[in-house]
Amino acid sequence: MSRLTITELRKSYDTQPVLSDVNLDVPSGSLTAVLGQSGCGKTTMLRVLAGFERADHGVVKLGPTTLDDASSYVAPERRGIGYVPQEGALFPNLTVAANVGFGLSRRERRGSAVVDLLELVGLTALGRRFPHELSGGEQQRVALARALARRPALLLLDEPFSSLDAGLRTHMREEVRTLLHAQGVTAVLVTHDQEEALSLADVLAVLRDGRIVQQGTPDELYNQPVDAQLARFLGAANLLSARIEGSVAHTALGELALRAPGPGGNGRPELVLGGPGPSGSAQPELVLLRPEQLEIHPASDAVAGLAGRVERCDYYGHDALLHIRPTEPCGADVLLARVAGEHSLPVDTRVTVAAHGLAAPIAYDSVTHHTR
Amino acid sequence: MQTAASIDASVRPWARLWSGRRRWPLLATGGSLLAAGLVLLPLFFLVLQAQQSGWDQIERLLLRHTVAVLLWNTVRLAFLCTLLCALIGVGAAWCVQRTTLPGRRLWSVLLVLPLGIPDFVVSFGWVSLRPSLHGYLAAVMIMTLSLYPLVYLPVAASLARQDAVLSEVGRSLGLGPWRVFLRVTLRQIWPAVLGGCLLVTLGLLAEYGAFEIVRYQTFTVAIFTEFKLGFDTAAACALSLVLVLMGIVVLAGELAVTGRGRITRSGAGARRIVTRVALGRWLIPALAMLSALAVLALGVPLGSLVYWLIHGGSSTLPPASILTAASHTAGLSAGAAALATALALPVSWLAARHPNRYTLLIERLAYLPQALPGLVVGLGLVFFSVHYLFSLYQSTLLLIVAYAVLFLPLAVIGLRASVLNAPQRLEEAGRSLGRRPASVWLRVTLPLIAPGLAAAFALVFISSATELTATLLLRPTGVNTLATQFWVYTGNLSYGAAAPYAALMVAVSAIPAYLLSRRMTTLDQTPAPRQMPTLEHT
Repeated sequence: MSRLTITELRKSYDTQPVLSDVNLDVPSGSLTAVLGQSGCGKTTMLRVLAGFERADHGVVKLGPTTLDDASSYVAPERRGIGYVPQEGALFPNLTVAANVGFGLSRRERRGSAVVDLLELVGLTALGRRFPHELSGGEQQRVALARALARRPALLLLDEPFSSLDAGLRTHMREEVRTLLHAQGVTAVLVTHDQEEALSLADVLAVLRDGRIVQQGTPDELYNQPVDAQLARFLGAANLLSARIEGSVAHTALGELALRAPGPGGNGRPELVLGGPGPSGSAQPELVLLRPEQLEIHPASDAVAGLAGRVERCDYYGHDALLHIRPTEPCGADVLLARVAGEHSLPVDTRVTVAAHGLAAPIAYDSVTHHTR
Repeated sequence: MQTAASIDASVRPWARLWSGRRRWPLLATGGSLLAAGLVLLPLFFLVLQAQQSGWDQIERLLLRHTVAVLLWNTVRLAFLCTLLCALIGVGAAWCVQRTTLPGRRLWSVLLVLPLGIPDFVVSFGWVSLRPSLHGYLAAVMIMTLSLYPLVYLPVAASLARQDAVLSEVGRSLGLGPWRVFLRVTLRQIWPAVLGGCLLVTLGLLAEYGAFEIVRYQTFTVAIFTEFKLGFDTAAACALSLVLVLMGIVVLAGELAVTGRGRITRSGAGARRIVTRVALGRWLIPALAMLSALAVLALGVPLGSLVYWLIHGGSSTLPPASILTAASHTAGLSAGAAALATALALPVSWLAARHPNRYTLLIERLAYLPQALPGLVVGLGLVFFSVHYLFSLYQSTLLLIVAYAVLFLPLAVIGLRASVLNAPQRLEEAGRSLGRRPASVWLRVTLPLIAPGLAAAFALVFISSATELTATLLLRPTGVNTLATQFWVYTGNLSYGAAAPYAALMVAVSAIPAYLLSRRMTTLDQTPAPRQMPTLEHT
C-alpha cells in the first residue's frame, strides 16, 4: 500500500512560485514519470516528496501516512522514501559495497543484503571499487542499489539517465524498468526527455509552470494531449482545423473518426477553450494527427486526399520525417508525415496526403498560434 | 624533415628557454633546482653541525631529563590546542556555511581576522592586561585563539564548495541530521580538517614569541634559549633535529591519513543551492559562543593594543624611530617576497606543465619549510654562514634568503592555481597566430599568472613583516624590524612603547586576512570560483 497522493501542493522560493498547484496520484507499484522542461519545478517537487524541502501549502500522503501538510511534517530519514539523485551522488570516500550498505544497520550490512543488492544490479564483482573507478552507468546502478537497500515504499529518481550517453541510456532505462517492476517498487521519475518518459512510464504526468497539466498513460497523453502545446511537447504533431459533427471530424485530409474522450483522470484540468464558442457545435476546431497517421501516396495515384509537395526530408535511417507543404489550406502550414526509411522522398516530389486512425480534438488555446 | 619549431629552436637556442616543448625549459629547471637547494640548505647544515659535535654528544644531550620535560610540554600543548582548534574551527565554519545564523557575512570576516594578529602580539595583549597569566593553560588558550582560523578557513571553503546532495542522500537513507553530519558531512570535510590541524600543529611547534611571553617551555623556546643565551651550539642543534623530526612525523601522519579517500564528484552536474539548517533554540547558544570567540580572539588583543596606545608609558630604553623599523621591515620583506616568488614560479611552472616524478618531488620539497620552524631555518643558515661564508653572517641577504625559504610554501600556494589557469594550449594558440614564444609569454601567459604572482608576493611580504624568531637570530647588527623592536620593548615590559609596533604589524597583516574572508563570502555565491583559498594544500 504505497500509493502516493499529492494535493494542491505549492512551493515558492523567495516569493518566486515554483510549484503553484500540483495534484498528482501515483498508483501503488507503478512507475510514474513526471515530464517537464528544465525550470518547470520537477526537481523541487521531488525534493518536497523526499522531505528536503517543506511544502508551503498542500498535502503529501504516502499510503495512509501524511508526510507533509499544514500541521505535520515527517523528516526525510523517517519517510522510507529512496532517492536517486542526478549523477548518482555516491559517497566518494566509500567503496561500492559501503555505499550500498550505507543505510543498513551494522547487522544487516554483515549479512548477505549488500551482496544480494549488488547482484540485483549486476555489479557483484565491483564491491571493493571506489566510485571514481566506475563508469557513469555503473555509478547509477550503485546509486539505485543503495536507494533500494532499505526497501523503500517509494523510490524517487531525479533525471537518472541524463548524464549517460545515448546507447547506454536506452539500455539502462530498460534495465531499471525491469528491475523496478520485478521489485514491485512504486517509483516517481522526473525527466525532461519525452522519449524517455513515453517509453519508460506506466503513468505519465506533465508538469508545466508549476502545475500538472495532464496525467494518464503514455498512450493517452501522446494521442490525446490536453492542449496544443502539450501535443507538440510530446512529439511531432499535425494540428489541422476541422469541422466536427457528432463523432466525425471533417478535415482537409478527409473524414476521420473522433477519438472518444479519455477518462477524465486525476490531475486533468478542464479544457481551456479560447476559441470561438463551445465544442460540439459545427464550429471550426483543431484535431491532432500524429505524423505516423499520415499516408503518403504518389501524386499520380487516384487517392482521395490533399495534394502537396515535399519541402524537406529528415532522414533517420529506420524512418524519415517528411515536411509537406499542402497546396490548399488545411490549418497547418506544413504537414509532418513519418514514413519508413526506405520510403523517404526527394525534395519537391509531388504527393497526395491521406490519413488514417482516429483524430483527437484539441482545444484552441492561446499558445497554439504563438508557438512555432 | 624539420618542423617549424625545431628550425626556430636551432636558429635561436634561447627560444627554448621560453618555450620548452618536449624538453624542460632550462630557465625553469635551473630555478627550481635552486629553490630545492635553498630549502635543503639549512637542514643539511643542521645535520652537518650535529655530526661535527659528534653523535655521542648529541645522544648524551638528548637523553637528559629536561628533554623529556620539553617533549611532554610540546606534545600535550600540541594535542590539546589542535583538538580545540579543530572543534572551534569546524563548529564555527558549519554555523556560518550551513545554518541560518544571522549576520553570516560579518561572522565570516570576524572569524578569520585573528589570523591577521601575530601570535606573539596576541600573547602580549593578554599578558600585558593580566600579568599573572602564564603556563600550560594560558599557552593553550592563547594559541587556540590565534590559530583556530587555520582550521576554520579550509573547512568553511570545503563546506561552501560541497554538494549538499550527499547529505540529502544520507537523510533519505534513514540517517538523522546529527548522524548525517558525522557520517557524511564530516567525512567530506575531513581532508580540510586534517589540513588545518596540520598547519596548527606545525605552527605550534614553530612558535617562540608567544610562549616566551607566557613563560611556557617548548622545544622551540628551549632551543632559542640554549643558542642565544647559552651559546650551546651542540645542544641547540640536537634539539632542533628532534623538532624537525616531530614536524616530519606530523606531516607524514597527515599525508598517510589524507592519502586514501579522495574526494571526487561522480559527475559534472548542476551544483545545488545549499539548504541551510534552521538553528531554532540553538540560535542563542550559537550566537553566544561565536560572540565569546570574537571577543576573546579579536577584542582582547586589539583592545589591549588600543589601551596601551592611549596610555603610552615611559620606557627606560633609548627611543627608537618606528619609521626606521618600518622601512627596514618593508625593505627586507619586499626582498624576501620577490625572491620567494621568483623561486616559486619555476617550481609550480614545472609541476603544472611537465608533471613527472622529479618535478613533483621538487614541488613537494618546496612545501617542506612548512614543517621547518623559523628557528631551525635560522640556525641552519647561521651554521652555514659562520663556517663557510662568514661574509654572509648577519647580512641582509642571508635574512632575506631565510625569509624566502621559510615562506616559499606560501608563494607556491599563491601561484599554483593561476599557473594551472594558463594552460599550454593558450601558448600554442598564440604561436599558431604567428607570435614568437617570448612575445606569447609576455602577452598571454604573464597576464594570466599575474594575479598569482601578486598573491604570492603579498603572502610572503606579510609573513616576513611579522616574522620574529628567525629575525632575532639573523638580523644584521643595528637593523631592527617592527617585530624585533616590539620584542625588545615587551622584554623590558615597556608595553606602551611596544604597542605602536604591534599595531602597525596588525594593520599590515589584517588586510590579507580580510581579503581572505571576503573571498570566502564570495565563494558562497559563485558556483565555480577560479581560485580558492588553498591553505589546505600541504
